[in-house]
Amino acid sequence: MDTPVQTVVIKQHLIDPEICIRCNTCEATCPVGAITHDDSNYVVRADVCNGCMACVPPCPTGAIDNWRSVPKAAAYGIEEQFTWDTLPDELTPEQLAAAGAEAIDELPATAEAEPAAGAPDDASAGEAPFNSAAYGATTPPWSAAHAYTNLYGPRNPITATVVGNVRVNEPGTQNETHHIVLDFGSMPFPVLEGQSIGIVPPGADAQGRAHHARQYSIASPRNGERPGYNNVSLTVKRVTADHQGNPVQGLCSNYVCDLKVGDKVQVIGPFGASFLMPNHPRSHIVMICTGTGSAPMRAMTEWRRRLRGKGRFEGGKLMLFFGARTKEELPYFGPLMSLPKDFIDINLAFSRAPGAPKRYVQDLMRERAADLVELLQDANAHFYVCGLKSMEEGVVLALRDVALQAGLNWEAIAAALKREGRLHLETY
Amino acid sequence: MSSINYSEKIPNNVNLSEDRTLQRALEQWQPNFLSWWGDVGPEGSTNYDVYLRTAISVDPQGWAQFGHVKMPDYRWGIFLNPAEKDRKIHFGDHMGEPAWQEVPGEHRANLRRIIVTQGDTEPASVEQQRHLGLTAPSMYDLRNLFQVNVEEGRHLWAMVYLLHRYFGRDGREEAEALLDRRSGDEDNPRILGAFNERTPDWLSFFMFTYFTDRDGKFQLSALAESGFDPLARTTKFMLTEEAHHMFVGESGVSRVIQRTCEVMNQLKTDDPARIRAAGVIDFGTIQRYLNFHYSVTIDLFGADESSNAAAFYSSGLKGRYEEGKRTDDHRLRNENYKVLEVRDGKLVEKDVPMLNGLNEVLRDDYIKDSMAGVGRWNKVIEKAGIPVRLTVPHKAFNRQIGSLSGVRVSPEGQVVSQAEWDAKKDDWLPTAEDRAFVASLMGRVVEPGKFANWIAPPVMGINRQPVDFEYIRFN
Repeated sequence: MDTPVQTVVIKQHLIDPEICIRCNTCEATCPVGAITHDDSNYVVRADVCNGCMACVPPCPTGAIDNWRSVPKAAAYGIEEQFTWDTLPDELTPEQLAAAGAEAIDELPATAEAEPAAGAPDDASAGEAPFNSAAYGATTPPWSAAHAYTNLYGPRNPITATVVGNVRVNEPGTQNETHHIVLDFGSMPFPVLEGQSIGIVPPGADAQGRAHHARQYSIASPRNGERPGYNNVSLTVKRVTADHQGNPVQGLCSNYVCDLKVGDKVQVIGPFGASFLMPNHPRSHIVMICTGTGSAPMRAMTEWRRRLRGKGRFEGGKLMLFFGARTKEELPYFGPLMSLPKDFIDINLAFSRAPGAPKRYVQDLMRERAADLVELLQDANAHFYVCGLKSMEEGVVLALRDVALQAGLNWEAIAAALKREGRLHLETY
Repeated sequence: MSSINYSEKIPNNVNLSEDRTLQRALEQWQPNFLSWWGDVGPEGSTNYDVYLRTAISVDPQGWAQFGHVKMPDYRWGIFLNPAEKDRKIHFGDHMGEPAWQEVPGEHRANLRRIIVTQGDTEPASVEQQRHLGLTAPSMYDLRNLFQVNVEEGRHLWAMVYLLHRYFGRDGREEAEALLDRRSGDEDNPRILGAFNERTPDWLSFFMFTYFTDRDGKFQLSALAESGFDPLARTTKFMLTEEAHHMFVGESGVSRVIQRTCEVMNQLKTDDPARIRAAGVIDFGTIQRYLNFHYSVTIDLFGADESSNAAAFYSSGLKGRYEEGKRTDDHRLRNENYKVLEVRDGKLVEKDVPMLNGLNEVLRDDYIKDSMAGVGRWNKVIEKAGIPVRLTVPHKAFNRQIGSLSGVRVSPEGQVVSQAEWDAKKDDWLPTAEDRAFVASLMGRVVEPGKFANWIAPPVMGINRQPVDFEYIRFN
């Protein structure tokens, strides 16, 4: 979960007040209640929007599809958006750099605002120095299975039963992380690896409104945490500090981490139709993650492991780059280590291991450049990045450096990766 | 679940094949609908391939699928928003009771009346707009017109489904009658006044889609709150489609204004004669069209005091706009509301029980929403540096329904004599000469990317396509 210190820049979703006709379609469509309005404007709450893009196709005007790179701490609030007649200009690189003076030291590894789909690319963005989000694909690989999405929304959630809750990193370490198993009984809830679901915490906020749902990536394969059962698993970190490190109890993560077997949970989703794994023989998967970003990687790995026994693998490689502060904090460390070496190539980076220099996933990627170069040139190779927003740029830059140092045309490779749905970024 | 069954003759997400009686009834209605479309649908358009949006499911990814289709092959069908589990009636005397999945006997007549009145407007607007294709200002606009038309057709289907499914023989007869009435027909007109007016030119069309389709938005929003769950779910899905119609109107008028501003700045003039001579529409004419469409549309909300409105609300059939977001008691028995009446030659407000004033409540919500859009048009004029501003006339202006009908009121809200009205009305409402002038500008422009002289191109195309995309293949 640990990454170098840097400003967290988000793609903030905004609605163009000059083009918007105030038809309310986006607000009615939004599965997480991120859109609201007053008498003048329709606006998006940056802290609630998960970039799922559900509001984009129904918008009759195109006003909905606007994005601005802003430091997360300085995202435009809704009160400010209500006063706009036009969208603000994109911040210049200098303005963004100036905002970097107040760089956030370290983010808690929260999965509470996990995006559901790849960040949108932004054709109208100014000349930012390096925009890693622009490299993420918005379509799935050609051999992905069909994903069902939005079967259940906030108005018609499905009730799931908790059938398991275990801690998956060592007790006594920070970043307490739980493995939660939810069962849907006889109700349909078809999912694929890489999709996420929303959990609606019970109760209401100070204004008496129901809490909005929090999204979590599914950590189990398509045929269930337990094969043949209608259940899914999640990887949830207990949030105990806010972005400034002040003690704060994450509303939904604490609710989820405290669930007991037999408890009932309101669930919406599934979400996500692009961060999906390839299914064809000989397809390779390169997985790069930190902390709870391991959830979709666990799901894909487990599905491949189940298929492997049936001989449907035909030499497709799995390569994992997984970062945490220490070995003890790393979720699923035990089961991961017991996977056969000829099945998955595991690379672990620990940034706070006692007596060892800090190492991040991008350092390991550079060390494995020889293997990554081959994969970058292989149309069967697919890259998945999941974890904190702050790792995304470093990881994409590492891929770029690997390509450039081998004398390859990075932009051409990146364009192909994006076009063919072979590079997926899901960071939060 | 929200998937739509396309393997059937009538696409639907209501398990139509499990109800054979209903399926057969609707399959008998379907050819009549298609023959109605052929008779009075968009003129001469049968063989065009039009870049249309079709719903393939009611979830966000599925309901806006774009592709070229011939309009008679458009998949008109029956789409309801997913059911909300354990939904409760949230206003009126039945508040807190489970929402009705079947029609309660005592509300049958009122519900049928509401559905027929809403349903009647849908084919009416298709009839009103059927000749407009011949004078489209661009291929882009022609495509938007056709999109509006096919979706109005689908809204008719939505209402007909409710009539067939829930109202037995009466419902089937009403469904037939919806195809028999004709907009503007002397013997068998459409039910509501505004839907018997002509839509003779594209400025009228844009004003109609801005003002009158916005009435649709408010009526549908009020019905989307209904305690009769199938009506609520149907109208919710219709609202997503209705948004496009309002977009066509708002952006259409905005582009007319934009173009007029450009020409005024080029010629450095505000002389209507010179502006007209340059082939664009002067602001006086735009304001008079606005006055007309606005006043005709606010009549659609009905009489300012209405016992029907009270009954519809108290019985849980029709809520207020955004009922679920309001924080009062949702019964309104002890509330009052201000409506206008004329006393001693002056307009004065009087208090009436809010239940009886609910038409006025919805009208006032509509007025607020309408005015905001007019404000956005004024921003376009302001940006061009021109001092003119468009205004919304007083709500008592040119009314034909309710206690204000028959009273002569200026756009500023002054009660005037008949003589003064006669002297001024050509300044306030479009004259025959205005209409003739606008009609003279209407020539067909359908080459991709080309636009008639009186209207500016849009900011962006449909579904992120370029503005000069081939939205229609004429074959």
